[in-house]
Amino acid sequence: MNFNSEAWKVKVGLAEMLKGGVIMDVTNVEQAIIAEQAGACAVMALERVPADIRKMGGVARMASPRIIREIMDTVSIPVMAKARIGHFAEAQILQALEVDFIDESEVLTPADEENHINKHSFRIPFVCGCRNLGEALRRIAEGAAMIRTKGEAGSGNIVEAVRHMRTLNREIRNLTLLHDEEFVSAAKHLNAPLELVKWVGKNGKLPVPNFSAGGVATPADAALMRQLGAETVFVGSGIFKSDDPQARAHAMVIATTHYDNPQTILEVSEDLGEAMDGLDIRALSAGELLQTRGE
Amino acid sequence: MKIGILALQGDYEAHARVLKKLDVEYSYVRTPADLNGVHGMILPGGESSTLLKLLQQNGLFDALYERLKKGMPFFGTCAGAILLAKTVISPAQISLNAVDVTILRNAYGRQLASQMATGHCILNTTPLPLFFIRAPKFIDLAPDIKIIATYQGDPVCIQQHACLLATFHPELTQDATLHLYFLELVRKTAIPHF
Repeated sequence: MNFNSEAWKVKVGLAEMLKGGVIMDVTNVEQAIIAEQAGACAVMALERVPADIRKMGGVARMASPRIIREIMDTVSIPVMAKARIGHFAEAQILQALEVDFIDESEVLTPADEENHINKHSFRIPFVCGCRNLGEALRRIAEGAAMIRTKGEAGSGNIVEAVRHMRTLNREIRNLTLLHDEEFVSAAKHLNAPLELVKWVGKNGKLPVPNFSAGGVATPADAALMRQLGAETVFVGSGIFKSDDPQARAHAMVIATTHYDNPQTILEVSEDLGEAMDGLDIRALSAGELLQTRGE
Repeated sequence: MKIGILALQGDYEAHARVLKKLDVEYSYVRTPADLNGVHGMILPGGESSTLLKLLQQNGLFDALYERLKKGMPFFGTCAGAILLAKTVISPAQISLNAVDVTILRNAYGRQLASQMATGHCILNTTPLPLFFIRAPKFIDLAPDIKIIATYQGDPVCIQQHACLLATFHPELTQDATLHLYFLELVRKTAIPHF
């Protein structure tokens, strides 16, 4: 684990460039163009948006390389793609395809229930999900260059995203209060490497950018997550499962930038049509939750 | 002297960290009103197409254009340089048209081609660290453009009038040479009110 290496800095460098923008899930070239024209700072190419993955069940895998390539050939912004948790061969293919970022994602069906990908062995940066600080630091130890809180993908319900962001930030704040002799015990409780725990304690933040995902469906949701500390947001089903994807995509971009300016968000929030259908998380069974995959 | 940092999207906080270290007053610019009292502007790295959308949404594009016409010093890094170049290609997009140069987006390739390197800078005798992220390239420079830094013979930092453009990210390195040079440009630009 060498966080001073040039390879590591170049990975985190791209994550730095994405701050304050919106990363949108797209399943084809037409959607990618809508996302880019609305001002997305990157797109995530996948076979089905999370809401459809949830509906259809079965095994969700890496998207077809042809769809990803078509999207890469069409838009000028960075293109990300998802690999299954632990499926390093999918990640190798995505690296060969030269996508800009790989999301080792709980939205797809995990390929390994014990281990994540050793992300240090790749030259493409990875983003991984987390629900708390321990999970975030384990992913960073494995080489993730960006963290996103998981939320509950495809739910259209922001409650889990809020829970995970508040948990993460509270646990970070708690570490800043510790004395030197207390870090070993903290690392034990967090199940995370001591060096990273100490770093967070000294710096009061993660060593990589911290974004939010999973349930962002409205401009207000995006503004909420930004105000809770997300450096930017991923929007999955929220745009292309809504009535008017163009208008909503634009509104999400504006709300993410001007998150602390309610007047501006108000102006872009009118006439958006219906948001995507939402799910009550409490009505989901444990097996239906995506967030508990890969801890 | 106060520096404005365009804070719509991208690595604007990294520029703020540099200015803080240099003990220079700065403020974030998100609306035209935020430009009041600002003597020089930094346009950070990020996605230039995203920045353009956001600039055009609330009149900030026109407000920056006006300041440029009045001679306010600007420092653009990567996406910021793309916004300031006269002509943008691959793909074409509009710009603030401040510096007479053509800029080619993502000229080296995708993220796999991003890298850290060193180059030659006329302000220093020591090598300048260069941090390239999906970097663009300058082509077709007007004759009066001053080349400030080169990488393998290619210009990577240029100046025309009071505008400084870099295709890389000095804000992500520990080397403040270009920020100090820009601050000097702002100091020398003796226009009291923008």
